This record gives sequence, structure tokens and C-alpha cells, in this order.
Amino acid sequence: MWALLILIGAASVSAHLQDLSFDGQKVFRVIPQNDEQVETLNLLASIMEVDFWQPDSVTLVRPKMQVDFRVEAEKSFEVEGLLEESGMDYHVLIDNLQAALDAQFDSKARTVSHSYEKYNNWDTIVAWTADIAAQNPDLVSRSVIGKTYEGRPMYLLKLGKSGSDKKAIFLDCGFHAREWISPAFCQWFVKEAVENYGKDTVMTTLLDKLDFYVLPVVNIDGYVYTWTNDRMWRKTRSKNAGSACRGTDPNRNFDAGWCTIGASKSPCSATYCGSAPESEKEAKALADFIRQHLSTIKAYLTIHSYSQLLLFPYSYTYNLPSNYQELNSIARAASKELASLYNTKYTYGPGAETIYPAAGGSDDWAYDQGIKYSFTFELRDTGKHGFLLPESQIKPTCEETLLAVKYIANYVLEHLY
Amino acid sequence: SPAMELPPSHFPAARAAAVAVGYLGYLRGGPARGLQLRELRRARRQDISDVGHKYYLELELEDVLDKDRTVSCTAEVLHHLGSKASAPDVQVTVQGELRSTEEADQEFYSRIRSLEKELVAENIPDSQGNVPPELEPIHLLAWVASGYVTWQNSTENTKLHLAQVKHVKQVKRSDEDLQFDYVILLHEMVSQEVLPWEVTVLWHPRRGARVSRCRALGAGN
Repeated sequence: MWALLILIGAASVSAHLQDLSFDGQKVFRVIPQNDEQVETLNLLASIMEVDFWQPDSVTLVRPKMQVDFRVEAEKSFEVEGLLEESGMDYHVLIDNLQAALDAQFDSKARTVSHSYEKYNNWDTIVAWTADIAAQNPDLVSRSVIGKTYEGRPMYLLKLGKSGSDKKAIFLDCGFHAREWISPAFCQWFVKEAVENYGKDTVMTTLLDKLDFYVLPVVNIDGYVYTWTNDRMWRKTRSKNAGSACRGTDPNRNFDAGWCTIGASKSPCSATYCGSAPESEKEAKALADFIRQHLSTIKAYLTIHSYSQLLLFPYSYTYNLPSNYQELNSIARAASKELASLYNTKYTYGPGAETIYPAAGGSDDWAYDQGIKYSFTFELRDTGKHGFLLPESQIKPTCEETLLAVKYIANYVLEHLY
Repeated sequence: SPAMELPPSHFPAARAAAVAVGYLGYLRGGPARGLQLRELRRARRQDISDVGHKYYLELELEDVLDKDRTVSCTAEVLHHLGSKASAPDVQVTVQGELRSTEEADQEFYSRIRSLEKELVAENIPDSQGNVPPELEPIHLLAWVASGYVTWQNSTENTKLHLAQVKHVKQVKRSDEDLQFDYVILLHEMVSQEVLPWEVTVLWHPRRGARVSRCRALGAGN
């Protein structure tokens, strides 16, 4: 086995998977049964270039997990030999990747192409995350922070020029499935970052000095559900024990005064807080990531719709946060920046008194973790279209919101702690 | 007790304003006129013992079809005490004139009356937020319907908005009114529920709109 590996290794030194043609390349699906077989995959990945399709990286491979990966045409014979010898459960998922690609372009069920001025379905967004990272390797990298209830990978984009000791801002969208303008904004933000780096002084400084973690859709299962079944769905799609009703409100599921006010203990309710804090895999993945990067994350921004509000802690209590004056000033100035473009009027203030008291919110949780700049945006409009904001309003909404987000980011940069 | 100032940016004032806007939408809305809140300028609340809470509001509204056109209003919203659900008492005074919609109303009336087949439509707006121009008047009439439901069903703990017209069916009548049977989805902001309502709207260019039938449908989950 080792001799075979060394042979493959030697032959692989100059291999590169970046060829534009995928002719003859194979995609394998394997299911390692135990740690030994996981280790075989690790070794394989260390001695040749293996492009993991799922999970995103060999480091995420665990026993019993379905693992898909792509290898060059010339390597596929050796890979098969290795897999046979290890006794690992495998099959060839795609025998000739180029042929599969060609067939896809001819197929009637082709992927809809991505547009920043349209609402994109989840598959389109996934493809976009891969493309935007591939096209801007110096500024954008993609990773997976966890899996949803239905097993979908939660993609995260890290934006910023690489540097050491950089602080970061975390921005997420798509907590609530029906708030389609929210994921549209995260995509817009990334576009603006990559297009204006090196052109716009503010954006360039922000990306040089800070990193941005952008989670384009938190509640992916819910988002997919609004495309396939119910446009007005809000929650996750997890099953609830002892109930026919599905889903938990992810923004009532965080450990911040959890379920004490403004949330329901009934699984059928739209504001169901869940069986426990972070019972939802999506909430847990987000919280885990923030906990793991707590020393670098200096601001938390979460995007919702609708109502045209800029909120800050607290929502789980009427008590004011210790830096209330500062947060209020930031919100006032950011709202003014936002309004400067199209005169869109935002109301701002602490969540509890401005919109309603509600416990279990991610913004309050992040704040109590020590992230002292924590804001929730409720984007356009104020009720005329509500969740069904016309696509024609995506661009102006995103443009004005970007001004506010840049303002806040700049402020954070000038007040690092 | 005397009326106390409420911050317009806080939710109690905002909820009362939504009731007033719904009520006015029902009274004065039509296939060519929708009014939405531009700004809540001032709000006060008076607690009247044994009666309830009375809100005094100063509002600026805008015409959804002509955003540059605004109109100032004052409103009083009285939420009655007690657990027995009863609609709030609302009064709204419009300062100045609303834009006349006589021509557009007549055009809509003639168009619908001359339809051979009764109009049927669904999902207005659609998932992407689009409303075909010829269905905009139907959308605005749904707003009148939702204004009625909002007024009749609001409390200090709710804030209702029209989320979508799920279905609408015209019903031809022997008299001069137009009749539309709607299934509308209302979004309640505090509970975050989206609730279906069946509402029948009668409309006539001179007489305006009225709701003749209205009931909440079971929430399908």
C-alpha cells in the first residue's frame, strides 16, 4: 500500500487540477467506514491534488460520511486501485466530467444564471459562492461552517486582503426564509467588495484592514422551502418531537434570555424558540463559528426584512446596553447615510422598544459574547410589498444599505478594541 | 388622566398608526388609490379609566401611485378595555384634498364590466414581487379589504399588513356594484404569523368600497 502511495506521490508532484478541460476527469463517491479509511483519504489528499466536492475539505471527513471528490483523468486508475485495496465503499459518480458538463448545457433543466438584481435560488447561490471565490482568490475564500437540518452545507465567504492580526466583521443574511431581500444584500455586498477593491478608497481600506465573514443564507432549508412550497415560510425545517408542525424560529433560538419573552413554546408557532438554545443546527453552527473567532470578530451585523429599522441590543429586555449612547449615535448616523441616497426613512433604536421585545436573538447573543457593535437591519419596505419586495427594488435597497454598512464598518475600524 | 407623549419611533405608537392607516385605507382607498404611512409625526396616549387607551396621532401619508403626493392627517384610535374582542374606534381627519381618481375609477369600472369571463387571478404580487399593471387596481382593492380586516381585528398587541393576495375571483352581479371575492394573506408582525382571510369587497365608482363578508380561514400548516 505504501509503495503504491509513494509511486503516486512522485507522479503527482507536477499535477495540477486547474486545467480548463475536465476531459476524462472522474468524480468518486466514497463512504469511509472507520478512522483508518478516513486516514487513507487524508493520505490521498496529501500526495495528489484532490478536489473535494463534499465535504469542502478533507479535514471535515468523518467515518460514515458520504465523500465526493474529483481527480485528474491520469490519476483515476491509481485512485481506484487504492480505494479497492483499502476496502472502502466507493463508486464512480461521474465517469467523465467534461461530458457531464457538456450535457448540462444542452439540458433543458439548466441552472438559472446568477443575477445581483434578481432573487436567486439556493443552487444558483451555491454556484455563485464557488465562482466568486474562484474569480477573486486574493480577496475571497469559501468555507463550510456546518450543515443544515436537511444536510445542506452552510457556505461562508471570507472577504479581505490577507494579512496578520486582522480583526473581522461578521455579516449574515437569510435567517428568516421569506425575507428574500436579505440574501440578495449579502450577495450585493460581496460583489461591491470585489468590484471596488482598488478603486474605492473606503472599500479598499476596509478590506485591507479588516476581514468580513459573510454568511449569505443562514436558514438554507427554509429558503429552499420558500422556493418550492410556501413563499411565506419563516422558520427552519426541523422536525419537532411530538408535533406535526415543523421548524424553529432561528432568531429566537440563541442563548440570550432564551424564550422568556416575545417567543413561543409551541412548535406550531412562527416564533417557536426551539427545544433548547441552539437546538437548531444552523444556529449552533453560527454560534460555534463566532465563539471560535471571538477574539477577532469586533462587529456583528444581521440582515432581515421588512420595516426599515436599524436595531441594536437589547431585544430580550428593556434594559439598555452599557454603550447605548454610542450604539444610538452609530445607528443615527448610519440611518442618515442610508437615507442620503433615495430618501428611504429608517427608524432606529434598541430592539425591545422599537419593534417588540423578543428573546433569543442572535444580535443580543453576539453582544453578550462581547461583540460590542451588534446591529439588526430590517430592510425595505414598510408594508406595501412586505416580504414580496419587487426585484426592481433590489438594486436601490442594496445600494442604500451598503452605505449604512460601510459607515458602521468604518466606525468599527476607527474604534477597534 | 391626561394624554402623555409617545416616542413615534417606539412600537406602541407605530401599532396605533397602522390601525389608523388601515381604517383610512378602507374608507378612502380604491382601485386607483392606496395610502401608506410616510411618517408618524406625533403620538400621544391617554388612559381613560373604565374605557380603554386612546391614541392621538399626527400622520403624513403618501399616495402609493404617486409617491410625491403626501397628505397630512390626524387620527384617534381607541382600544377598548376588556378581553372581549371588539374593534377599536377610529376617527381620521384628512387635511386637504386627496387626488381625484374619477377617471381611473371609471376606466377600471368599464373594463371589468365589459369582461366576458369573470376575472380570476392569484398570487399578487408573485414571489418576485411583481404585479402585472392590469392587476394593480385589483391589488389596491385588496388593500382596501385588508384595511378593513386590520381595523376590525387590531389590538395594542398586533400590527397587521397585507402580505399577498392569494386568490381573487370576480363575481358578476345584477346590480351596479363590482364584487371581488378575495383570499388575502395578512402578516401579523408581533406573532409573525401569516393568516389567510376570505373577504368579499363590493365597489362602485361613486359609492366607493365596502366589505360585505369577512372571515378568518384556518391556518394551514
